[in-house]
Amino acid sequence: MELISLGIRSIFIDNMIFAYFLGMCSFLAVSKKVSTALGLGAAVVFVLSVTTPVNWLLNEFVLKEGALTWASADLATIDLSFLRFIMFIAIIAAMVQLVEMVVEKFAPALYGQLGIFLPLIAVNCAILGGSLFMAQRDYTFAESAVYGFGSGTGFMLAIVALAAIREKLKYSAVPNGLKGLGITMLLTGLMGIAFMSFMGIDL
Amino acid sequence: MKALQNLFDSIKPNFEKGGKWEKFHTLYEGHRTIAFAPDLTTKAKGAQIKDATDLKRVMITVVIAMIPALLFGILNIGHQHFLATGEEAGFVDKAIFGAISVLPILIVSYAVGLLTEFTFCVIRNHPISEGYLVTGMLIALVMPPYIPLWQVALATIFAVVIGKEVFGGTGMNILNVAMTARAFLYFAYPAQISGDQVWTYLGDKTAVDGFSGATALAVAYNAGVEGKPAVEALASHNSAFGADFSFMNMFMGWIPGSIGETSTLMALVGAVILVATGVASWKIIVGGFGGAYVMGLVMNALAVNEYMAMPAHYHLVMGGLAFGVVFMATDPVSAAQTELGKWIYGIMIGVFTVVIRVTNPAYPEGIMLAVLFMNVMAPLIDYYVVKANKTRRLQRATV
Repeated sequence: MELISLGIRSIFIDNMIFAYFLGMCSFLAVSKKVSTALGLGAAVVFVLSVTTPVNWLLNEFVLKEGALTWASADLATIDLSFLRFIMFIAIIAAMVQLVEMVVEKFAPALYGQLGIFLPLIAVNCAILGGSLFMAQRDYTFAESAVYGFGSGTGFMLAIVALAAIREKLKYSAVPNGLKGLGITMLLTGLMGIAFMSFMGIDL
Repeated sequence: MKALQNLFDSIKPNFEKGGKWEKFHTLYEGHRTIAFAPDLTTKAKGAQIKDATDLKRVMITVVIAMIPALLFGILNIGHQHFLATGEEAGFVDKAIFGAISVLPILIVSYAVGLLTEFTFCVIRNHPISEGYLVTGMLIALVMPPYIPLWQVALATIFAVVIGKEVFGGTGMNILNVAMTARAFLYFAYPAQISGDQVWTYLGDKTAVDGFSGATALAVAYNAGVEGKPAVEALASHNSAFGADFSFMNMFMGWIPGSIGETSTLMALVGAVILVATGVASWKIIVGGFGGAYVMGLVMNALAVNEYMAMPAHYHLVMGGLAFGVVFMATDPVSAAQTELGKWIYGIMIGVFTVVIRVTNPAYPEGIMLAVLFMNVMAPLIDYYVVKANKTRRLQRATV
C-alpha cells in the first residue's frame, strides 16, 4: 500500500516536470510529435527505473557514511558521499549507452527521430534528480525502484500530453513571435496550473 | 431595422479597403453580423454549406442557457445576504440587492474582456470572435460575490490573452478560458476566492450571531476531519436560520457559493437547452455526473473517514459540479472531439472532482482543476481514440 501511494505520488503530485521543473530541455525540444515523445518517454522510464535502484545499491554499499563496513571494519568511518554526483552520472551514462545501442539496433526510425536527445538523456536532470532525491529521502531498495519507475512515468505522461497538444496546435494561429518554443513555454505554464490540482494531496 | 441597415450601409465605405478606418473592419463586421447576415457568400463552385447557424447563434444559445443560472444566482446572493444579516426581506428586495452586487462583476467582465478581444482583433486582423459572449458570462458566474472588481478585470485579461489570444483566438485555445480566469485568481489571490467569508455578501452590515458562511463542501470536509457523520453535519449547519444543507436545499441552490454555481436545478435547465439545441454533448454531461457518482460509491466502499462515507448522490448537488460539468466541461473547443473520447473525458472529470474534494485538503472544490486537467489531457485522448480507430479499420481493409 505504501509503495502504491509512493508510485501515484511520484507520477502526479511530485511530477518531475510540473513540480520540480526537471528535464525541461528534452521536454520542450522532443515534444513535437506524439510518437517521438512516447519513444523518449519510454527511454526515460527505462533509464530512471534502472538507474535509481542501481544507484541505490551504489549509495548504500559504497558511498554512504559507513557503507563500506561490509568490506572491512577499518573502513567504517569512511564517508564517500561527496562522490555521489560523479558516480551517479557514471552509472546513468552507462545505462544510457545501453539504451542507445538497443534502440539503434531494434528501432532505427525512432533512433533517427530522437537524434541528439537520446545521448543527452545522460545529462537529463530528471534522471540525476531521481537518484539524488532517492539518496536524500533515504528510500529503501523497493521504494527507490518504485520511485524511479513512477517519476519516469510522470515525465512520460507530461511529455506525451504536451506533444498531443502541440500536434493540435498546428491548426492554431499563433502569432509569429511566439511560434515554436515561445508558445510551448506558455503551454507548460498553463499545464502546470492544471497539474496544481494534485498538489497537497496527502496519500 | 431599416434605419439600422441604412446606418451600417452608410458607414461601410470607411471600413473597406482604402477607407480611413480600414484597420477596424473586423470590428465593423463583428457588429454588423449581430443584426444582419454577413455579405460573404460561398462561391458558386466548391463546397456549399446551407445552414443558418453560425458561431454567433451557437454562442447566443449558450448565453440563453446560462440565464436561468444567472437570475437564480442574483436572487440567491440577495437571499444569502438577508439570511446573514437576519433581516426580513421580500422577493423584490432580494432581487434588487443581488442585482446590485452581481451586475458590476458581469459588466466589468464583459467590458474588459471585449475590449481586450477587440484590441487583438484589430492588431492581428482576425475576425471578431463571439466566443467572449459566453466566456464573459461564465467568468462572472464563477466568481464569489465579494470579489474585488479589479481582480475580475485582471483575471479576464490574463485568461483572454494567455488562455486564448496567444493561440489565435476563439476556437484555438487549449484550456477553458473562464476556468483559466478562475484558476488564475485562485492561485494569485486565494484570500478573495476561498475560505468561509467570501461567499455571503454582507456589505457594511455584520452577520448575526451563529451564522456561518461556510460552503457545503467545507462543512462536509470538516465533518470528515472531526469524525462526525457528514450528512448530519450538513443538515444541522445554520439550521436555526432555515438555511441548512439538506439535499433539497442544495439541489435548489439556496446555499452560499459562487454566483451561478449553487443551483443544480438551474444547471440542469441549462443542460436541457444545450442538449436540445445540439450545442453541448450529452455524453460529457452524463459522463461527468456518472463519473462523480461512481467515484462517490468507490469512496463509500473505502470510507476511511466520515466525508468518504457521505452518500454519493450528495456529491452531485454540492459545490459547482453541476455548473462545471454542464457549462465548462462541454466547451466544444477545449473538450475531447471524438465520440469515445467525450465519454472518457466526461467520466474522468467527474472522477477527479470527487477525488480532489475528498482527498486534497488544499482545495475544497475539485471541478475547476478537474476540468483544467482534462482539458490538458483531451488532445491525448483524441490522439489515441483516432489511432485505435485507424488500426481497427486497417485490419478490416483488404488491399
